[in-house]
Amino acid sequence: MSRLASLYQEMILSHNRSPQNFGDLDPHTHHSHGVNPVCGDDFHLYLFVEDNRVSKVSFKGQGCAISKASASILTETVLGKSIQEIIPIKDAFLKLISDTASTEEKAQLGKLKIFEGVKEFPVRVKCAALIWRALEDAISQQHGQISTE
Amino acid sequence: MSELTLRQEFPIFNAHPEIAYLDSAASTQKPRMVIDRIQGFYESEYATINRGLYELGYHATNNVAKTRDAVRHFIGAKDSKEIIFTSGTTAAINLVANSLSQGLLKPGQEILISQMEHHANIVPLQRACDQYQLRLKICPITSNGELDMDAFKALLGPQTGIVALTHISNVLGCITPIKTICHLAHEQGAYVLIDGAQAVAHVPVNVQEIDCDFYCFSSHKLYGPSGVGVLYGKANLLEAMPVYQSGGDMIETVSFEKTTYADLPNKFEAGTPPIAQIVGLGAAIEFVSQIGFDAIQAHDEAIQSYAYERLSQLKGIQIFGPTSNKSSLHSFVLKDAHPHDIATILDQSKVCIRAGHHCAQPLMSHYEVAAMARASYSVYNTSNDIDQLISALSQVIEVFQ
Ligand SMILES: Cc1ncc(COP(=O)(O)O)c(C=O)c1O
Repeated sequence: MSRLASLYQEMILSHNRSPQNFGDLDPHTHHSHGVNPVCGDDFHLYLFVEDNRVSKVSFKGQGCAISKASASILTETVLGKSIQEIIPIKDAFLKLISDTASTEEKAQLGKLKIFEGVKEFPVRVKCAALIWRALEDAISQQHGQISTE
Repeated sequence: MSELTLRQEFPIFNAHPEIAYLDSAASTQKPRMVIDRIQGFYESEYATINRGLYELGYHATNNVAKTRDAVRHFIGAKDSKEIIFTSGTTAAINLVANSLSQGLLKPGQEILISQMEHHANIVPLQRACDQYQLRLKICPITSNGELDMDAFKALLGPQTGIVALTHISNVLGCITPIKTICHLAHEQGAYVLIDGAQAVAHVPVNVQEIDCDFYCFSSHKLYGPSGVGVLYGKANLLEAMPVYQSGGDMIETVSFEKTTYADLPNKFEAGTPPIAQIVGLGAAIEFVSQIGFDAIQAHDEAIQSYAYERLSQLKGIQIFGPTSNKSSLHSFVLKDAHPHDIATILDQSKVCIRAGHHCAQPLMSHYEVAAMARASYSVYNTSNDIDQLISALSQVIEVFQ
């Protein structure tokens, strides 16, 4: 597969075209706003956590295909999971895209592995990372604004 | 076709023959003439200026003086003391925003800018407004992507202290009628600052004919090195304005009781300047002068109209800005592909473009987009570069269809 084809895989393109769990979530228990000031990627992530499980999730905003697909797949990934289950996935994902994940870490990632191609494009790593940084912020309960810069 | 054939003058294209470099509005590549001049200066002529009591220092000082005069000639200024070397356009605007506001404006006066300014021509003025109790006014642009002259006339008045506008927009490419602007502003007693960063490589500039009070540009967008730029100011204003940065080189005498300042231009050039860069800028001006603006403008027109003809046929493209009386660039979006995805795919085809907000977020908001892609053209571009751009964009459209 060419580098480009490995970056823009069909699943990424299809989540970009039709993002899942896209929109507002009211009420929510967790929220974070992720911005990438250089390229203008700008997403809000909302979680509704009940009994320590994510029972509802959504995101809204705008950005490139990589950032949007990453957000869409994140929402599918975290839905139904506990915070304790989510944290190692998030850590493994952030390592995957910066090319530092071990085989065991990659093994937990399931379909998130399609983002591995991003590591070949250093300037795009922050696009894939943005929503996961927002997730990190949301579950740390700071409810702030995060930036990838 | 009146295309220039100058690609071989730029060593970068020997190192990367496959590249279509379409980001000259951000920064131009450097011709051999400029690179050789800087290297030669360091190898056999370098010394600091204004103080060496030895021949090498004297010659370096002379070289800087010669460049100052070359700049004066290049932009048609009356006197070389009106040419201040800064680190670039941004530094020049900061100087004017601070010193002019502090010295020659009164609280309550207005600074009039436009919707399409680069952040460099917004933020320093915004800060000056906060600091000196001035008010910032924004002139809108027309649906065609040009300064709205009717709105400009309506916003301008005796309360206007400074009009600060871009000569050529780095996003829309439109050319501001700055001569008319100066005339109108002066009738109201306002000073005019022109951001010429995008203009000096594409159109001839004569500051006396334009009658602007201040004009600034960066060497790195004019085939010269980064780290140096120019502020032109009318001598009587620069003389009346308070000093900005202070330290060595800008003083006459210093004692702990009282310091007196040097005359122009040194008054505004505190510290050791970027000496080799200034000399390199001199070579860049010579490079441009040898080509001549007639040839540059004919080339720009040929490349830009060919690019427009090809770009406008792409499916789902929206091109921003006017189609005539504009400079050599096209900003655009594609219906389904984000500008960053465009830039990444183009990069794989060795096409270098800019994608993002172009340091013009208020303009992005006006068009309700987060980012745009921009191809900008220069003397070394050929129609082959445009063909390479179009074929890469076709690939983008295929991926995202
Ligand atoms: C219109 C305009 N103004 C100002 C600047 C700032 O120039 P510099 O970064 O060289 O100071 C730029 C460069 O991007 C520009 O395009």
